[in-house]
Amino acid sequence: MQGLEHELKNPPPQKLVVEGVSKQFKIRRNIVQALDNVSLQVREGEFVCLVGPSGCGKSTLLNIIAGLEKPDTGQVLADGQPVTGPNRMRLMMFQESALFPWLDVLGNLMFSLNLKPNLSRKERREVAKFYLHLVGLEKFAHANIHELSGGMKQRAALARSLAPNPAVLLMDEPFAALDALTREQLYGDIQRIWEQRRKTIVFVTHNVREAACLGDRVVLFSPSPGRIREQFTIDLPRPRDINSVALAEHTTKITRALKRYLPGAATEVAE
Amino acid sequence: MKRWMHALVIFAVFAVVWEILVRVGLIPEIFVPPPSRVALYLGKSLWDGTLLDASGVTLRRLLLGYLVGLAAGLPLGLLNARFKFMEDTVGMLALGLQTLPSVCWVPLALLWFGQTETAMFFIVIMGSLWSVILATDAGVRNVSPIYIRAARTMGSRGLHTWIKVIIPASLPFIVSGMKQGWAFAWRSLMAAEIYVTILTGFGLGHLLHYGRELHAMEQVVGIMLVIIMIGLLADKVLFSPWERFLYRRWGKEKA
Ligand SMILES: Nc1ncnc2c1ncn2[C@@H]1O[C@H](COP(=O)(O)OP(=O)(O)OP(=O)(O)O)[C@@H](O)[C@H]1O
Ligand SMILES: [Mg+2]
Repeated sequence: MQGLEHELKNPPPQKLVVEGVSKQFKIRRNIVQALDNVSLQVREGEFVCLVGPSGCGKSTLLNIIAGLEKPDTGQVLADGQPVTGPNRMRLMMFQESALFPWLDVLGNLMFSLNLKPNLSRKERREVAKFYLHLVGLEKFAHANIHELSGGMKQRAALARSLAPNPAVLLMDEPFAALDALTREQLYGDIQRIWEQRRKTIVFVTHNVREAACLGDRVVLFSPSPGRIREQFTIDLPRPRDINSVALAEHTTKITRALKRYLPGAATEVAE
Repeated sequence: MKRWMHALVIFAVFAVVWEILVRVGLIPEIFVPPPSRVALYLGKSLWDGTLLDASGVTLRRLLLGYLVGLAAGLPLGLLNARFKFMEDTVGMLALGLQTLPSVCWVPLALLWFGQTETAMFFIVIMGSLWSVILATDAGVRNVSPIYIRAARTMGSRGLHTWIKVIIPASLPFIVSGMKQGWAFAWRSLMAAEIYVTILTGFGLGHLLHYGRELHAMEQVVGIMLVIIMIGLLADKVLFSPWERFLYRRWGKEKA
């Protein structure tokens, strides 16, 4: 991890800069230090995975980067500008799908596209159809949300997040609810999309193998207080296969580190 | 279609049994008129126009009053959910007044507006307004915050979030509030029409009232049937489409 001073001396070509962010929550009488002086830089077009055990503040950090929550101290810069609120260029995908039940699948995609100016109605529909096809839901354009399986919901939510073409995609355990096969297919899809569109992605997961498969860099968190402990660069060629041997080496290394900060606690390592 | 047939057969059997019971004298005719006489009354009053006129008068009062109640109740409910001081004032008022049967407004309405249509509207509005406010308020408060967060990251703000996210997300509550408001409006109008003679028009409630005065129980029962039919029809026309939409979109659990 680079020091703050270094960071300030070299104005960064960074897409996202998290500077000394701390966040506390009061739960009844107790104060939970969800994030403690967390700093993180993400380059443009980088795929960063945040891993760590439950409750170490990963979702909180993502919310702060999205501008949905304010940090107690520190700040987040996006393209050098302080983040003051949510912005369409930093789209967030949630643990639950958060699809709108009053709209059908296509309607949900159109919701995000309609908020994007300078597109004709026809173009919007074309874009929506394209992303529905990408996640394999083209036959379900007019399905109601409650008719989709958990996995299909997440795929629809992914399509909805991708459709307005955000520069930064913040993903909070988006695949946790998917079956292994769909998930593998989506690992391929998301790597392809990421490569084509050069999106900056911050991806939260419990699954170390998933993190190593997707990320350029894996950032390891430890809980109470939530801190960044270690970062691992994954320099494997893409597209990566979740089952490859080279990947397993990285996974082992990260898992070992994870256990160091977490004596006795169980974490999902891989399937 | 088949369900209609079932209902028809059941009700026909019921009417025949009733008719027989009255004819053989098991039920005294002064208490319960036989269905044949009710049918006769309905036919006659339909023919001479009194029934249609009265239904027209009642429905006009009901619809106008209800629409005003909705038009005021929906925005007030939204404002309540949005602003604390509205909740503390209008919200409290709504909570209190919703428990007040709106016939209780009749004396004041007569004092303020005299024996006019306005008095009737006022009573209908007082009947429907509060439950619409409360349901809308509750609906907005029950919107899952994750919808709002998702919308905000997609660039939705302020009014857009309200119109495109919060209001549709509270639809299940709003529709059931509208339905409740309708039922209350209907009840209060009937009560008002029975209690008060308004010279600008005789509604169904008045016919019911005069039926009692004249001991014409076939008229009373006939009007009751008409009131039931109008209620069922309103349910089908006004609320069924909404409920079908909710059921289709939300699935079973919520609609
Ligand atoms: N809105 C909130 N109010 C109170 N406490 C909160 C809130 N959000 C998060 N916390 C607390 O902050 C800590 C970090 O939560 P967070 O959701 O960021 O963890 P996480 O790393 O995403 O966990 P998981 O992997 O289970 O999703 C937890 O202890 C949680 O209880
Ligand atoms: Mg989380």
